[in-house]
Amino acid sequence: MNELLQYDGSFNGFLTAVFDVYAHKLKNPIIQKTSLAQDQLFGEMQTIITDQDKADRVFKKLKKLCGSNDFNQFYRAFLSEISGIENTLLDYCRITFKNGTSPSGDYGNITVLKMSQAAKMVGREKHRMEAFIRFHLIEEDVYYANCEPDFNVLPLISKHFKNRYADQKWIIYDLNRDYGISYDLEKVDEVTIQFNDPRAQRGIMNTGVVEESRFRESENNYRDLWNQYFKSTNIESRKNMKLHLQHVPKRYWKYLSEKVA
Amino acid sequence: MNHERIKEKLEILADAAKYDVSCSSSGSKRQNKNKGLGDSTGMGICHSYTEDGRCVSLLKILLTNVCIFDCAYCVTRKSNDIKRAAFTVQEVVDLTINFYRRNYIEGLFLSSGIFKSPDATMERLVRVAKKLREEENFNGYIHLKSIPGASDELMREAGLYADRLSVNIEIPTKAGLKLLAPDKDHKDFIQPMKAVKNSIDLYKSEKKIIKSTPVYAPAGQSTQMIVGATGESDRDVMYSANFFYNKFNMKRVYYSGYIPVADDSRLPALGTEVPMMRENRLYQTDWLLRFYGFDVREILNDQHQNLDMDIDPKLSWALRNLDQFPVDINKADKRMLARIPGVGMKSVHKIISARRYRKLGWEHLKAIGISMNRGKYFITCDSREFERRDLTGIQIKNQILLSGASKYSKNFTNQLSLF
Repeated sequence: MNELLQYDGSFNGFLTAVFDVYAHKLKNPIIQKTSLAQDQLFGEMQTIITDQDKADRVFKKLKKLCGSNDFNQFYRAFLSEISGIENTLLDYCRITFKNGTSPSGDYGNITVLKMSQAAKMVGREKHRMEAFIRFHLIEEDVYYANCEPDFNVLPLISKHFKNRYADQKWIIYDLNRDYGISYDLEKVDEVTIQFNDPRAQRGIMNTGVVEESRFRESENNYRDLWNQYFKSTNIESRKNMKLHLQHVPKRYWKYLSEKVA
Repeated sequence: MNHERIKEKLEILADAAKYDVSCSSSGSKRQNKNKGLGDSTGMGICHSYTEDGRCVSLLKILLTNVCIFDCAYCVTRKSNDIKRAAFTVQEVVDLTINFYRRNYIEGLFLSSGIFKSPDATMERLVRVAKKLREEENFNGYIHLKSIPGASDELMREAGLYADRLSVNIEIPTKAGLKLLAPDKDHKDFIQPMKAVKNSIDLYKSEKKIIKSTPVYAPAGQSTQMIVGATGESDRDVMYSANFFYNKFNMKRVYYSGYIPVADDSRLPALGTEVPMMRENRLYQTDWLLRFYGFDVREILNDQHQNLDMDIDPKLSWALRNLDQFPVDINKADKRMLARIPGVGMKSVHKIISARRYRKLGWEHLKAIGISMNRGKYFITCDSREFERRDLTGIQIKNQILLSGASKYSKNFTNQLSLF
């Protein structure tokens, strides 16, 4: 018999669910986001209410047993939002709590391998966002960027951008997950924006220079110069589109200034 | 700023700089300070890729493509009839800062044709870097090209602002250089390398005593050579690279397959194909030297002067040294694991870590991500099944080539294809 535990999708919500699995001695639970949950014909359904205190207790115990390296992997794997990752991570908790230490580097174990692979995918996406974010100066002094990462990586990239752009205000907005991070020269906060445009048109920040009137002239000029640079630096006699696409998959193009036709 | 004029300069001066392959922006230690702009610690980031598949991480431009030299292999050579242009110091600074703020680039790669004299040119390059650091509080990556023949004093100053300095050796052999760049002297390349190496060593030892000693070229120096312009062997190329790694502590040597840019009887004809495959094999060899513990003489020597084009250099080495195989995955040391074809350094670390828990069999190795297609002939593990037949190197090679689907395999079949 499976018990279905539904949580709100947050990391603390997930940790609360792990706490409840232990508190109620559940044998075969399935942990799932509320937004994804389907009716299970056989089995009980339970809604987890995120509880900061329970989450903290699991967090502290896990972090103590894992060490920061393995814990980072655990957190990154969670951010992958891959279907079923919650149960892989629950297994990981079970092994860790049972042995009193995390199964660090036991790649012959399917749970460890799965977690490290998910973490690696998230790490790659994090790196891609650090590379492919394109800022546009939208107001007097605010740099703005849209993105649609495959995984929920904004929590992982905020430190990078804060260190790098310490002297400029910026916003990076995840249109898929409808939230962003914003830096005001002091700290980074999570923000949500009420867009006036319908959803499909919010990527408009990156359409061609000619019809785009919401930028100031100087902003259009820098985008234009960057496009020119991108063209000039290509070596025609070495053209290799297969390799190009491997590095810059098409799904990222719509926010890359140099890829605007 | 006149947009159209700047755009035209960018077109000319980025186009002329694109043959410089170095794109690295990693390995520096320049943290963002006083809430300035930029940070270059640890990993560099490739922000985009050109359609030829090369990474774009730095704004790579020439200060000017005016040049007093006439090297046959160079687009910018004096006798070439092309449009000339020059950026002002301020224009380069503005482009760098504004590209950086939009997260287009990691920093600046600045090179130049040699106008007036080596020192006059070097002085202008240094001025750009100085202005970025001191007036703009810029902590991004700066790679300055050293101008052959520039004075030691200017080289010293350059290293105080730049993360990396490099001077291109251009042609791997002295004889080749004499043929294609008669105005240039081998010594002019070596001298700035020496000056930089000495300064790096000096600042490092001073830093141990006086904490406030400024950093000097924290990402070290690199060089580049053109391959396929003068008929040198792969052995010549890699021995020369090895010399620079050992003698001058180079961080990187880059290899650039010659792209015909001039109609000159001393050079391969215009339209000759760029030797991309060869270039790729040279980079693979370079990695084996830097990360896999190989000695260059194991891979290239009198009996084996050129790299195989149809298989990678590690596999090629293994086939010539079958007596060292098979390797027991559960027992072998790191050095030997790294020598197994199909096993990369990341897999080596995973194997070492995973076998602490249990003996590893084929399934485990596959899951970890080892290329079994090549690896299986060279491995024993916790499994009865292994390749028992006593295959010769040629038999193994043929089996691997038959089972693989290399994108280059069409270059090596005898099959005619008409359509």
